[in-house]
Amino acid sequence: MFGILRTLWLTFLHLGHRRVTVGYPETRPALPPRYRGRIILSRDPDGLERCVACNLCAVACPVDCISLQKAEQDGRWYPDYFRINFSRCIFCGFCEEACPTYAIQLTPDFEMSEYVRPNLVYEKEDLLISGTGKYPDYSFYRVSGVKIPGKDKGEAEREQPPVDLHSLLP
Amino acid sequence: MTPPPLLVIATTLVVLLGLATMLTWAERRLLGLWQDRYGPNRVGPGGLFQAVADGIKILFKQDWIPPFADRPVFVLAPAIGMMTVLLAFGVIPVTALWSIAGDLNIGLLFVFATMGLGVYSVVLAGWASNSKYALLGGMRAAAQMMSYEVFMGLSTLGVVMTAGSFGLRDIVQAQAGLWFVIPQCLGCVVFLLAGIAETHRLPFDLPEGENELGAGFHTEYSGMKFGMFFLSEYAGIVLVSALVTTLYLGGWQGPVLPPALWFAAKTGALVCLFILLRAALPRPRYDQLMALGWKVLLPLSLLNIVATGAVLLLRAPG
Amino acid sequence: MATIHIDGRPCPARPGENLLQACLEAGADLPYFCWHPELGSVGACRQCAVRQYSGPDDRTGRIVMACMTPATDGAILSIDDAEAREFRASVVEWLMTNHPHDCPVCAEGGECHLQDMTVMTGHAVRRYRFTKRTHRNQDLGPFVNHEMNRCIACYRCVRFYRDYAGGEDLAAFATHNDVYFGRHADGALENGFSGNLVEICPTGVFTDKPFSAVYSRKWDLRGAPSVCTHCAVGCNTIVNARQDSTRRVLNRYHDAVNRYFLCDRGRFGHGFTAAPSRLRAPLARIDGRPTPVPVQDALRRFQMMAQDGPVVGIGSSRASLESNFALRALAGPARFSTGMAEPEHGLARLVADLLRASPARNPTLHDMESADAVLILGENVTVTAPRAGLALRQAVRQAAFDIADAARIPRWMDAAVRTLGAEACSPLFVATPGPTDLDPIARATYRAAPDDIARLGFAIAHGIDPTAPDVPDLPEDAARLAADIAATLRAAARPLIVAGTQYGTAALPQAAAAIAAALAAHNSAAALSLILPDCDSMGLALMDGLSLDAVRALARDGGIGTLVVMENDLTRRLDPAALDALLAAVPHLVVIDHTATPLSARADLVLPSASFAECGGTLVSTEGRAQRFLQVLFPDPPLQAGWRWARDLAQAADPGTAPVWQDLDDIVAAIAAEIPSLAPIGRAAPDAAYRLDGARLRSEPPRISGRTAVRANISVRDRPPPAAPDTPLAPTMEGAYGPAIPGALVPYYQAPGWNSVQSLNRFQQEIGGPMRGGDAGVRLLDGARQDETPRPRSAYATAIPAPFVPRAGEILLLPEPRLFGTEELSTLSPPIAARVEAAALRIADDGGATPTIALRLNGQRVVLPVIRDPALPPGIALCPPHMALRAFAAPAWAIVQPHGDDTP
Repeated sequence: MFGILRTLWLTFLHLGHRRVTVGYPETRPALPPRYRGRIILSRDPDGLERCVACNLCAVACPVDCISLQKAEQDGRWYPDYFRINFSRCIFCGFCEEACPTYAIQLTPDFEMSEYVRPNLVYEKEDLLISGTGKYPDYSFYRVSGVKIPGKDKGEAEREQPPVDLHSLLP
Repeated sequence: MTPPPLLVIATTLVVLLGLATMLTWAERRLLGLWQDRYGPNRVGPGGLFQAVADGIKILFKQDWIPPFADRPVFVLAPAIGMMTVLLAFGVIPVTALWSIAGDLNIGLLFVFATMGLGVYSVVLAGWASNSKYALLGGMRAAAQMMSYEVFMGLSTLGVVMTAGSFGLRDIVQAQAGLWFVIPQCLGCVVFLLAGIAETHRLPFDLPEGENELGAGFHTEYSGMKFGMFFLSEYAGIVLVSALVTTLYLGGWQGPVLPPALWFAAKTGALVCLFILLRAALPRPRYDQLMALGWKVLLPLSLLNIVATGAVLLLRAPG
Repeated sequence: MATIHIDGRPCPARPGENLLQACLEAGADLPYFCWHPELGSVGACRQCAVRQYSGPDDRTGRIVMACMTPATDGAILSIDDAEAREFRASVVEWLMTNHPHDCPVCAEGGECHLQDMTVMTGHAVRRYRFTKRTHRNQDLGPFVNHEMNRCIACYRCVRFYRDYAGGEDLAAFATHNDVYFGRHADGALENGFSGNLVEICPTGVFTDKPFSAVYSRKWDLRGAPSVCTHCAVGCNTIVNARQDSTRRVLNRYHDAVNRYFLCDRGRFGHGFTAAPSRLRAPLARIDGRPTPVPVQDALRRFQMMAQDGPVVGIGSSRASLESNFALRALAGPARFSTGMAEPEHGLARLVADLLRASPARNPTLHDMESADAVLILGENVTVTAPRAGLALRQAVRQAAFDIADAARIPRWMDAAVRTLGAEACSPLFVATPGPTDLDPIARATYRAAPDDIARLGFAIAHGIDPTAPDVPDLPEDAARLAADIAATLRAAARPLIVAGTQYGTAALPQAAAAIAAALAAHNSAAALSLILPDCDSMGLALMDGLSLDAVRALARDGGIGTLVVMENDLTRRLDPAALDALLAAVPHLVVIDHTATPLSARADLVLPSASFAECGGTLVSTEGRAQRFLQVLFPDPPLQAGWRWARDLAQAADPGTAPVWQDLDDIVAAIAAEIPSLAPIGRAAPDAAYRLDGARLRSEPPRISGRTAVRANISVRDRPPPAAPDTPLAPTMEGAYGPAIPGALVPYYQAPGWNSVQSLNRFQQEIGGPMRGGDAGVRLLDGARQDETPRPRSAYATAIPAPFVPRAGEILLLPEPRLFGTEELSTLSPPIAARVEAAALRIADDGGATPTIALRLNGQRVVLPVIRDPALPPGIALCPPHMALRAFAAPAWAIVQPHGDDTP
């Protein structure tokens, strides 16, 4: 009984409290860098696409709103197209967690309303940014074993030079 | 001088419906205030026209009746709800002279009678919807409103005994010296709680119970028919507040200010209390609600009658 | 049945199998790498370690390799044992030390046996902090990608490629952990089964190169059971598709047919479904030019044509039974042609009759593997029926198995059995005009013209059964060989005779049937296998109809108003003059085909039909097995199955009497009702009403991705799944799936914890045995024989051909198909096209030195490069059909022209 009255009183006192919410869009909230907003595709430190079209983001997506097709050039995989249907996206961030190359990242931008639904379908050109996003140093191909232009076999991190098959030395 | 009856009727209707409409906005603003947020503040100054915007929206919604519903009853139910609340206002004395029905000597009984009819609205809505959630909501409403009707009536007996009349104007005038809220504090609390239950407002809104019943008895309603339920709920809040004012807070009586203003101020404060309850309290379980009614409120109101009777007998001359 | 105890649980086991097999059959999760159900055990990877106890009182036990330990009754073992677990985890950790961080860019990812096994053993954290060994890759041709860094040295690839498939250009190089699997130098893998490396390799060293260009993860691929259309063997396949295109073909296990392997033509030949030459809209000839027209317009045009005289239908041995039957219904049985010219037409019927009448067994491919003496009579099996060739290669191992059995070594003990039987080969005799891939393992080869080979065959039959007609004037060496072969076959427990129609002569299948009949007289296990050229040749032989020559005669008499050709490029069947004469005599030509052909370019009306991936249907393999292929793609109209076009044409021509089949089951029922020899085809696969656990089967994995984005660039609206009236497979991920799925309806293989093709183990009743849900297909040629026991001894054919006599100035051109390049549809597939070599003529060494030779055949002059082969008999030339001479498919005498003589 007393508890109920106390609750009423304490709630009543909130009359004079500061508001937690802000009057968006006049006042803009400060969003942390790890806020889960608009999805982007980043580039590696060399300025090349980080996405290797492994499809893990697509399979992790609970609303199936990511679709892509793998293409290949000189050993590098990249997405031929990369499409996110933001009219379906729930901004759960699973894609970012699944990404083995830090390519797909969620950003603190959430202002993406559109009057026409097809405008919410983002293609690779709309998603790809020119920077590295949250992870400035990582480059997948520096650790992976595949050969790409500028990195021959055995030149990745912790790799020996390729084996000479004609040698029988131990 | 008694104002002409048509003017009284028209004014009451306009003010009441206007008030109920604005209350939908005021409630959300107040809730926002108490919950440290803004509430609707975009339409018009301070969001004042939000109610108008909502009204327009709800009027333009498709007037849809589910194919599985019992059409006539489905349409009738919200109208009954609105009607009973408006009827009850007929006997509320805003001032000594301002009352639609004039000084009806069975005013309080008339109020109970009309409010008692209100249960039909909810039960019929639940039944006519022909869906399980609506039916469950309707059954809950029936049991809840029937039960609390009892304590509501019993709790006011103290007031009636003291004032010696069922006429609401007489009751107000009997409070000239001391508002009944002091001697009848027990009855006042019981009446207030019963009033909340009767209007199925939070925390006693189990007939709607969103998290378990969808939207309870009005699950299948939309458009203006839903709007009628919505408005009658807010009119109900005003009615109960006005009744508490009349029965326990001395009605229009008060110093300096004109009587109508006193009545409005007291009623308004009670309306705010209703909203505060919604802002602060969670909903009890249904069995807790019934237990509170029959195990606490019933004995209390009986105790109140006995005590009042005893005091009156002791005080009685000769 | 023995009982073994796995972690205290009694499980049935077959005596003689190994513990790994027994564990897998019991449903236990035991990781392995080097063992393969078809390749046996070598104990190389040390991954399947379990603890075995010698008895109930043994508390210590010992760690053994399950794949190298025979399952004995009462064996007690523990998979869950702590030490065994640690052992397996350590093994995976060692295997992974050099494995690169490649999974995101590895085409095996998501269906990788190594991934599954790593998860299964619980190895999650890499502790190895030192450098990794790396390898350079090789270009292995258009079929297979090579990424040696990923190798875990299980040796499966070379065991399959060298030991099983007889390839020689893939080997293990270098030593210790530098071991390298590849060729001596860059270059295409020569063996015709190299594509199986993709499924054999437990990780991503060998991956599917054409698939890599249109890559999707396994979980994103819709699958449907299909049947290979590139030869008559009828290998079961799974076709994978995504986003309206076929992506790859995988093996679908069939206990009796292809089992674990496919040939490269079947695996990589599906590319024609996406070829630019695909027809996508009806084309009508307007002002002399083919112009796209609406369907209604096209049907109306046909309605007009049909008023100009009788409609004659030409079916096709590459179209489904349903399409052929619908065309037969449109034209009427008397005006329906099989689409085969003589001699192919007559040979197909002959083969069907011989197989039905022969007292010998008609073996499945799996039966052929266990034959202990094989005679190949005038057929280059590894080319005309490649998978059958692979089965025959296994038959040679029967002698080794006998030695192993005598030495009490289990047959799955692969290295031991192969070492023990290295010198022992069961007899395989190859009698063909030219060299074949099986020659190196043959006990004897016989190079002669087809007629002489047939004579050898008849002589063998006579040698086995003297009541068979004798062959006069047989040369001495041939007679000696015939006697030798006859004695060997007679001594064999399970002799097998293989022949075919490749050389266009009836004498070869007749001779083979004579030998088989002679053998069957005293050996009921004797088997006869006859090979037809196309995927539905046998179906057409059973359906019957006119030959193309009869159609030509009909046309000459003005008996044809409209010619409707179903999926048949007549330019490959009739030489230009004959075709011109036929088309000139026919007022209207309608072509129904999925691919534009030289014939469709001449048609008045072209209707686009669905390829094998886009519709369902039934094919009858050369073994007489009717098998159903199901739809994996759902193309937008107007593309539809050939039989639906024939039905629509029939309705346009005469709405009153036309058939009203709605779905595949309707027409299958109609075929079964009308053609007695095809009556059982309804049982080839469950019909569209089939339900597993009350639901349709799903054709997409439950974790398929991108549903709401894949078409979002076209429309963001959700599209309802396509209607699929012809198949019990729902075109979505919704539906039932499980190990009890019928073999005819497997859309993909996956089991909890097993995402690679190795999950197949879970779907079999026993490892290498039939599918739990039943095997696919129904055999059509057995029925007649079962009612007549004992089997009647068929009368021996008496038409023994005369000895082949070379002609002066002329040479007998014999069709010598190739694995890549002579089959019509696979050649349209880019990876196959990349392997096609230019046409060349193989002739006997004539002492000449010119690099080319000029021939004249049916008025056509052609100059071909020549290969001189001293082993070839004089007077004949082996020429790839359909290449230099498009219509060349049957033996023909060609005039050899001196160079420089350009007179026509």
